[in-house]
Amino acid sequence: MHFPISDVTINPIYLICLGFFVGILGGFFGVGGSFLAGPALFAFGVPMNFVVGTDLIHIVGKSIVAARKHWTLGNIDLRLALIMVAGTIAGIQVGVSGIEALKKINRVDWVVGLIAIVVYTSISFFVAWEGWRTSKLPALKSKGKTEDQSAVSKDKMAFRKFTRWIQRIPLHPRVSLPHSGIKSISVWAILGVSFIGGAFSSFLGGGAGYIRMPCMVYLLGIPTHIAVGTDLFEIVVSASVGSFQHALHGNVDILIALIMQTGAAIGAQIGATLTQYFTGPRIRLAFAPLPLLGAGLIIYGLITGHHTR
Amino acid sequence: MSRSRDIKSFLIDLAVYGVLVVAYFILVLQFFGGWLTDLFHNHRLGYAIVAIMLMVTQAAGLEVIAHFVLKLVRPKKP
Repeated sequence: MHFPISDVTINPIYLICLGFFVGILGGFFGVGGSFLAGPALFAFGVPMNFVVGTDLIHIVGKSIVAARKHWTLGNIDLRLALIMVAGTIAGIQVGVSGIEALKKINRVDWVVGLIAIVVYTSISFFVAWEGWRTSKLPALKSKGKTEDQSAVSKDKMAFRKFTRWIQRIPLHPRVSLPHSGIKSISVWAILGVSFIGGAFSSFLGGGAGYIRMPCMVYLLGIPTHIAVGTDLFEIVVSASVGSFQHALHGNVDILIALIMQTGAAIGAQIGATLTQYFTGPRIRLAFAPLPLLGAGLIIYGLITGHHTR
Repeated sequence: MSRSRDIKSFLIDLAVYGVLVVAYFILVLQFFGGWLTDLFHNHRLGYAIVAIMLMVTQAAGLEVIAHFVLKLVRPKKP
């Protein structure tokens, strides 16, 4: 089937299957899956600027449903989310400008592709190392905690000094986040974290949860469940703004995004159901090769050669 | 007994979602495909607005409709 907006021909079954697989990942691992969806689109022949914009608008659809569920669970810190939206939008502007600048010199594919390869490979190795390390925590497990809880507690202990230092940065204005249990923190620290997430999101596509979530939990000191809910809520707003910007610059093929979303809607149901049967850090070990697969798909796309439109 | 009911319920969920998404998919491609392409080339602002609205409608609308249909067809607990 020909998609006239991005001027590529792809079998829609591939797109539905891709959305379906990414939907399962979202429901099962709790990740956006942009590290796989974006590279797969690139390998299908979609130009990199369309990959970034289309993947971002695809994230909007997926995040709305999940954010609504977190809202009903009380996992969203609205004050934190609104501050983060400002930082993310600024970061998105930088990312979109970066893509536009690269489009002018016809280097989007190579620059974005190479950065994505580095980021995805790093995620893969980090997750593998973290999953392996977590599974080796018998001492903490014996205190009645699960492997996951033990790992998070240990990481938070390790980062506690740094988190306190971040929370004490003497830059005004400062804000209290009672919903997240933070008495006072500089607005600039929150804006900084969200700015980086926004820039990554609009430059590489997807929600950039791989960089924003660890920053929220370990640097800002936000409780994990609040960080997940707030991040999703914030992604709905910021990814909408980013998608709008990319659409204005002609980087979004909405037909591809909608077809992928149909598969993702079904995949997410299956993924969420599967979590009832599989849990624990070994799941993260299973997840580890997937970003590496994404990096491999980008290498394949770069070797076979596509051109930015 | 409970496990078989769960599986049955899950399969009905899947079937309902499947029918809804395929219907929406055909609707969008059949009726909006040409119009969206035209918007993309000639009215970029309109295209950006419609693209966001379509994605939000698909995500939120599909969820609401699916919940409603599932309430009607899901097997009731004894």
